[in-house]
Amino acid sequence: MSADAVIALKAKFPQATDRASADHPAVNVPLADLVAALRYLRDEWAFDLLMDVTAIDWAEGASPRFTVVYHLLSSTRAGSYVRVAAPCAGTEAKPTAPSVVDVWPGANWHERECYDLMGVTFEGHPDLRRILMWDGYPYHPLRKEFPLAGIETDLPVADIAEATGTRVIAAPMAGGPFVASPGEVNLTEAEPRAKDESWADRTARPDQTPLRQMKD
Amino acid sequence: MVTANSDLGYNTKVEGGVIVSQADAVINWIRTNSMWPMPMGLACCAIELMAVGGARFDIARFGAEVMRFSPRQADCMIVAGTVTYKMAPQVRRIYDQMAAPKWVIAMGACASSGGMYRSYATLQGVDRIVPVDVYVSGCPPRPEALLDALIKLQSKVKREPSASRLLSA
Repeated sequence: MSADAVIALKAKFPQATDRASADHPAVNVPLADLVAALRYLRDEWAFDLLMDVTAIDWAEGASPRFTVVYHLLSSTRAGSYVRVAAPCAGTEAKPTAPSVVDVWPGANWHERECYDLMGVTFEGHPDLRRILMWDGYPYHPLRKEFPLAGIETDLPVADIAEATGTRVIAAPMAGGPFVASPGEVNLTEAEPRAKDESWADRTARPDQTPLRQMKD
Repeated sequence: MVTANSDLGYNTKVEGGVIVSQADAVINWIRTNSMWPMPMGLACCAIELMAVGGARFDIARFGAEVMRFSPRQADCMIVAGTVTYKMAPQVRRIYDQMAAPKWVIAMGACASSGGMYRSYATLQGVDRIVPVDVYVSGCPPRPEALLDALIKLQSKVKREPSASRLLSA
């Protein structure tokens, strides 16, 4: 069912190619064909539900740096689910893709999220604002160069920041992040913070002398 | 107060409608037994907070069942859940709008320290923006743990020099 849709799509758009996928059929299309291909899938193959709009960051210096991916589901044809991917245009700092809000109104918030976290600008979007981070946040946190702990910046509201003296800080990682390697049985030991015993006064922090020695 | 020994209780025939006590004792007695919470439910801890309000755990036993969604009428803000940097200014704003005296309970790991969210989006402990009186461990804490925190806060309030603070304010 989904495979038929992909075969028909490739016949209609000759530049479309198969995309490696572990489960559902997937297809690569050039950015110029993207909206037409998605509209074709919606109108001719009943993909009436846009499940997700997301993007892949292929790391700094890659070309193309970003690829947008659309997940489509049909609510009337059982088991129909395809993904459509297209490389972004624009620069590395400001990649662009066409908006599909005209095709599925539900794309609105998905594209805002993708813009917020990955920095992909969707051209033709009616209201492209951040949706998760606050307006004025200077970074796009899911990009590869952005550290998990975050980058120090100001709180969203200036008078609160002044009253509290608090800033948005890089989160203390304590030897982390939490990554349980495959095959690691004891998850308590896999948690990096379990190795940080400064709280128990067993081992002092570098800038601290131990308050008391515990007897084992 | 009802006790087995009625001699220790208040006896109108002996004392004639007059009670002699300390101002601190009276003020703190009133404050501890009607500590209306401001439920700052931000994540899953709020579910446990609701359980505390329900019949099984029944925070009404401690005089704190009147959840006030207006900060003007609340005494104790219970921060139940993950505080993101986006939400942090609003939490502080609501704390500022509460009338003194006011207290804060940081409920659960996230509110106390950021918990498992060591990330760019999460405030690493609500004590960075508001003064916290009692921290509750757990993810989420059991309802009994929150009740214990409330009892601890009440015993803290009982020791406060309320009268001298009122006079100096």
